[in-house]
Amino acid sequence: MSERGPIVVIVLILVILWYAAAILMNASLVRDTFRRAEVKYSLTELIAGTLDAKRPVVPAPQQVVAQFVDSVFGYPPDSPRSLVYHSWVTLSATVVGFALGAVFGIVLAIGIVHMRTLEKSLLPWIIFSQTVPILAIAPIVIVVLGAIGIHGLLPKSIISAYLCFFPVTIGMVKGLTSPDPIQRDLMRTWSAGPTQVFRKLRWPSSVPFLFASLKVAVTISLVGAIVSELPTGAQAGLGARLLTGSYYGQTVQIWAALLAAAIIAAVLVAAIDAAGKWTDRRMGARI
Amino acid sequence: MAFASAPKALIRPTGPARPVERATGEIGGTGGQTAEAGALAVSARGVSLTYQTRDGAVEALANVDLQIGAGDFVSLIGPSGCGKTTLLRVIADLEHPTAGSILINGVTPEEARRQRHYGYIFQAPALYPWRTIERNVALPLEIMGFDAKERRRRIDKYLKLVNLSGFERKFPWQLSGGMQQRASIARALSFEPAMLLMDEPFGALDEIVRDHLNEQLLRLWDQTGKTVVFVTHSIPEAVFLSTKIVVMSPRPGRIIDVISCELPRERTFEIRETPQFIKIAQRVRAGLRSGQSYDE
Repeated sequence: MSERGPIVVIVLILVILWYAAAILMNASLVRDTFRRAEVKYSLTELIAGTLDAKRPVVPAPQQVVAQFVDSVFGYPPDSPRSLVYHSWVTLSATVVGFALGAVFGIVLAIGIVHMRTLEKSLLPWIIFSQTVPILAIAPIVIVVLGAIGIHGLLPKSIISAYLCFFPVTIGMVKGLTSPDPIQRDLMRTWSAGPTQVFRKLRWPSSVPFLFASLKVAVTISLVGAIVSELPTGAQAGLGARLLTGSYYGQTVQIWAALLAAAIIAAVLVAAIDAAGKWTDRRMGARI
Repeated sequence: MAFASAPKALIRPTGPARPVERATGEIGGTGGQTAEAGALAVSARGVSLTYQTRDGAVEALANVDLQIGAGDFVSLIGPSGCGKTTLLRVIADLEHPTAGSILINGVTPEEARRQRHYGYIFQAPALYPWRTIERNVALPLEIMGFDAKERRRRIDKYLKLVNLSGFERKFPWQLSGGMQQRASIARALSFEPAMLLMDEPFGALDEIVRDHLNEQLLRLWDQTGKTVVFVTHSIPEAVFLSTKIVVMSPRPGRIIDVISCELPRERTFEIRETPQFIKIAQRVRAGLRSGQSYDE
């Protein structure tokens, strides 16, 4: 109870702010509509209008929820009008991209930790790779892979992986070098080989860093998947929903897609958090 | 708080039985070394170690000569910066001398390390926090390729020896500092090295726990016949434990006195009140003071 109270209060404040924003942002739009129809309107009618506009600047919360519920439950899940269908398309690209990116990021970190030349030669490129705007890279990747006959899930996953390997590499380099000198000296007194030092010291020491960076990476890979759906001609996925929504001025549809993306992100982060907690417990963390 | 007693036959040193009393003042002199080379656990001649730092060269060790017989309990004592830990790390092949030669049981420190001649105990227990106590003790055994059955046997044996039976499944943070250090001793004993290198192992513990552990360590040494090299900055601890006390002094790190400590092998704390004990302690203190004279 003591924990839930403040959370409820903050959520309430956010909802109130959202309503206030909807009223303020849509007011001139609604006023114009009334004026064009040459009807007298009261303040109450104006406010009611702002919260129920057809193409609002900022849709009211209940409009977004209604649209969300309708597009989730109103159509069969394999229909192109169903938000479940689009969410699934994006989620699958996210998960595959995240897996690719995480593995690549970990392998890169292991290489960097074990070979100084690799650090010197690769790190600038890794950092450079992250300064290139993904919106510029995404169409290139899609077109190039399309030319060699790779379509669908994989190109999107690769873009997603391209974005999300970075925090994993940075976190894991830190994690794999985190054992303190005494712990490494001990390994040396036992004449442990590099593989044993890795398996029995470096890897377990890096686990807390791994889960922290995976949490960052999974949200980034979702963003990557959505962005990579934009240049594909907006066939399917949450990115496509956002694009068609903005083509046709369907702000409510955009917001519903954003809500779906937020829910997916929350679920993914929660899943990684749970995996992290489970691992922590197995590794004797003080809870 | 006590090490359980272990039958003598269980743990045998790989070296020969304790050699007879050795010369007391080895400073500079290396006479008689060749004759007993086989019985020497550590034989250092003219060992120097110089670090290059931004403020110039630091002489951590300067021309150190030292012989430690197999089965001896030798304390290295001195103020911080005197090179006692560095010397221990040289013995352990964790540091490399810049001059001089050193042999451990007749081989180079690197070879001795590869052949697992010694167990090293640090000031901090340095248990791996993600491993239970038993799996911490098992760690060197896993690395050295002992099978599961043998690991189990040794875990039980050495946890019992340091009186930690029943704590196998606990994680390190669930144990007190003294218990953690005992677990780290069990870990060092588990692969049955001929020599224990201990770097202020009880330095971080309170006096009462420290006394207990000193007493138990002495009993352990007596039962196992291992060679022990023990770094400390406590005079009573050094005199109580040792057969030989090496007094060191800083800038440059060097040995200024080697004191033979001929107290009986079976010691209790009452020995601290005897004139013999006090005499040795006074000589250690005098040595420490002479080394400090130009400083502070």
